[in-house]
Amino acid sequence: MEAPALQLSGITKRFGALVANDDISLDLGAGEVLALLGENGAGKSTLVSILFGHYVADAGAIQVFGQPLPPGNPKAALAAGIGMVHQHFTLADNLSVLDNVLIGTEPLWRPLSYRREARAKLLRTSQQFGLTVNPDARIADLSVGERQRVEILKALYRGARILILDEPTAVLTPQEVEALFATLKTLVADGLSIIFISHKLDEVLAVSQRVAVLRQGKLVAMREAGATSKAELAQLMVGRRVDAPVRLANISQGGARLSVTGLAAGEKLKDATFEVGRGEIFGIAGVSGNGQAQLADALCGLLAPMRGEIRLDGRPLAPSPRTFIGAGVARVPEDRGTVGVIGDLAIWENAISENYRDAQYSRYGWRQRAAAKEQAKRIIEQFDVRCSGPDAPARSMSGGNIQKLILGRALVREPVAIVANQPTWGLDVGAVSYIHSQILAARSRGAAVVLISEDLDELFAIADRIAVMFHGTLSAARSDWTIAQIGLAMAGTNEAVHASA
Amino acid sequence: MPRLESRTRVPLAIAIIAPIAAVAFTLIACAGLIIWAGAPVGHAYVLLFDGAFGSRFAIAETLTRATPLILTGLAAAVAFRAHFYNIGAEGQLYLGALAAVAVGGGAISAPPALLFPLMMIAGAVAGGLFLLVPALAKTRLGVDEVVTTLLLNFIALLFVSMMLDGPMKDPLSMGWPQSVGIVPELTFGKLIERSRVHSGLIIAIVLAVVLWVVNARTTFGYEMRAVGANARAARFAGVSVNSVMLKTALLSGALAGLAGVGEVAGRAGYLTLDMSPGYGYSGIVIAMLAGLNPLGVVLAAVFVAGIIVGADSMSRAIAVPTYLADVIVAVSLLSMLVATMLARYRVRWS
Repeated sequence: MEAPALQLSGITKRFGALVANDDISLDLGAGEVLALLGENGAGKSTLVSILFGHYVADAGAIQVFGQPLPPGNPKAALAAGIGMVHQHFTLADNLSVLDNVLIGTEPLWRPLSYRREARAKLLRTSQQFGLTVNPDARIADLSVGERQRVEILKALYRGARILILDEPTAVLTPQEVEALFATLKTLVADGLSIIFISHKLDEVLAVSQRVAVLRQGKLVAMREAGATSKAELAQLMVGRRVDAPVRLANISQGGARLSVTGLAAGEKLKDATFEVGRGEIFGIAGVSGNGQAQLADALCGLLAPMRGEIRLDGRPLAPSPRTFIGAGVARVPEDRGTVGVIGDLAIWENAISENYRDAQYSRYGWRQRAAAKEQAKRIIEQFDVRCSGPDAPARSMSGGNIQKLILGRALVREPVAIVANQPTWGLDVGAVSYIHSQILAARSRGAAVVLISEDLDELFAIADRIAVMFHGTLSAARSDWTIAQIGLAMAGTNEAVHASA
Repeated sequence: MPRLESRTRVPLAIAIIAPIAAVAFTLIACAGLIIWAGAPVGHAYVLLFDGAFGSRFAIAETLTRATPLILTGLAAAVAFRAHFYNIGAEGQLYLGALAAVAVGGGAISAPPALLFPLMMIAGAVAGGLFLLVPALAKTRLGVDEVVTTLLLNFIALLFVSMMLDGPMKDPLSMGWPQSVGIVPELTFGKLIERSRVHSGLIIAIVLAVVLWVVNARTTFGYEMRAVGANARAARFAGVSVNSVMLKTALLSGALAGLAGVGEVAGRAGYLTLDMSPGYGYSGIVIAMLAGLNPLGVVLAAVFVAGIIVGADSMSRAIAVPTYLADVIVAVSLLSMLVATMLARYRVRWS
């Protein structure tokens, strides 16, 4: 029997006290799709980084097609035929597809570049695998799905025989996901091997032959995709049963609490009109980059609208973060580490950062440190923020705990409205369900919630109504979307998007 | 291949060893230059140290030098902490000195008890307002402050030159471009008999302590640190980033202006165009050496002043050029930056 495409034996990697990978052994056959399933922090990224030479394992060995792979050497990994497609694309927007594929493949000191041959080779590769793309198109003009195709082509052009895809579906519409899966099937038919990293169970079952489940750095299970179920995988992944958050029936008490009319802001947000009632969660779906960021910024008071207005309980809100905070809008920014908190400042200083001017925290310009630390302790306790204490810098916390702090400092003031942009992005299952339950609890208290998310599962799970953003315009809201309908709306091909406003 | 891994926390021992190691490295690196100049290394360093701290006179000279350096160092530290890169302390210093002469040069007759604070305020305001211009250009129009503050130094110097050759020229100066003297009742008192150390040193140290307290304990200090650490997050939390930036600029310019007041009213007595041998620029080095900590600025200023004064006296005794002082300060800055960076990492050999 020939050697497997890839063989990991006894890979162990420690970061201080944390064991990121604990004695992981697995192999990948030629022409196989192996899914690597696990929560955030389970050790998937570390494992892949070791494979790709970014980290050196403390113990263990890697063999590629029977040959040992030297550790800590990305060049050797590339030469051995390992190709990586990152979740966040590594393409230069203002260069052509061909340029992007060629970057790094040519020696720096060659006087001429052999573009004609390179172009022919790129076209050959793209035909061979059915990945059609125009080599002269600028990356900026391509859709997200097409960009991903360029990333895959880039790896294939360099002769990759083992392809690692890191959360490849996170940025795609449901239809684009279908197209990606079709591509993967052709690649595998051609003898390539694929490692598919995901935490989405449906996709893992749909695309892979075998599933490796990681939990807390350990390989806890290896299953044939045909012989397992979503429920089993979920339990393996989390290590316990996870109950979906209980959502009460629609308890909206009518009457618009937050109303947005004809809002246009920044370069991307053209027209958004919607109302959110008391005790309602209003979901906003869409492929990233369709104006959600600008809508979120406007709803946080960061971005002044060019047209339209935002009213809370009938009163218009002037565009300034302070006004919004003062009016009782709780805000959860998309970028929790760099916008939500100031990483270098202490946790207690971040816990009161939105209301540090209030009389209880600032008297005659002097800070009331005792009161602020007291408040921080309250938030830490009430919202289960795991940290080494209120004096530690905020950046010492994990993403999930930073998010709990951000949510906690806003919820503790009993907001009338909540604006949350991708509140659970990149969090582990436990943190996700905690954040959801907190948002649902605020909803029961009568808050109007705007939930902007690229995760349809999340929106379907907790939103009362959902509208779709496409090219800066918000569709009418519906409570009865099917996945297929919403996928079409996200791609801008739904009649409903254009007919109503 | 050595690899750097970041530490979550810097151990106390390393935080103490790092600056000492940096100074040791500096002395070793500069020994080469002394050998090159043909002087015995050990003897040269002994002379340097003696010249800086070896006698009452040496200490007094070092402290006199340190006084303006503390203030320009604070000016840079305050501004840099808020990510406002004020390279223009030199110009602000001269305008502060000019304002002090305008108020305290005998043109206004008022009781000294009134005139003295007025002179201090005039110097601070002149420096502050002069920095407000690039600060407004940055917050309103997004103009890079490094370029504007740097170039305004030349404008300030030319303006001072114009004033010293024109309206503010001392009629008794025999044609030299220099101002009238500060009237004797307004000059700073001497701290040490028969030396040039003046009460400006006390003012500078008190201001360093005040700034440290402002940073740590006041709402404005919190706003400055928040804006400096992460302006986007500060804005999200409702801090008016622009207004904090403008206030910081006023403060920074005022500190540099006070350095000018101290030089003219404490040491020189009248204003000339060569009053400052680049105190404004040295302030940047001092602020960086101090890690932007106001109390650290005092130590760093004394260190730099000591090197300058010590190198002067060393070069008088043996044939080593005074330029060695510049090299030592520059190398110590670089090695200090590398040392503090390395302190945050652990070097792994693999």
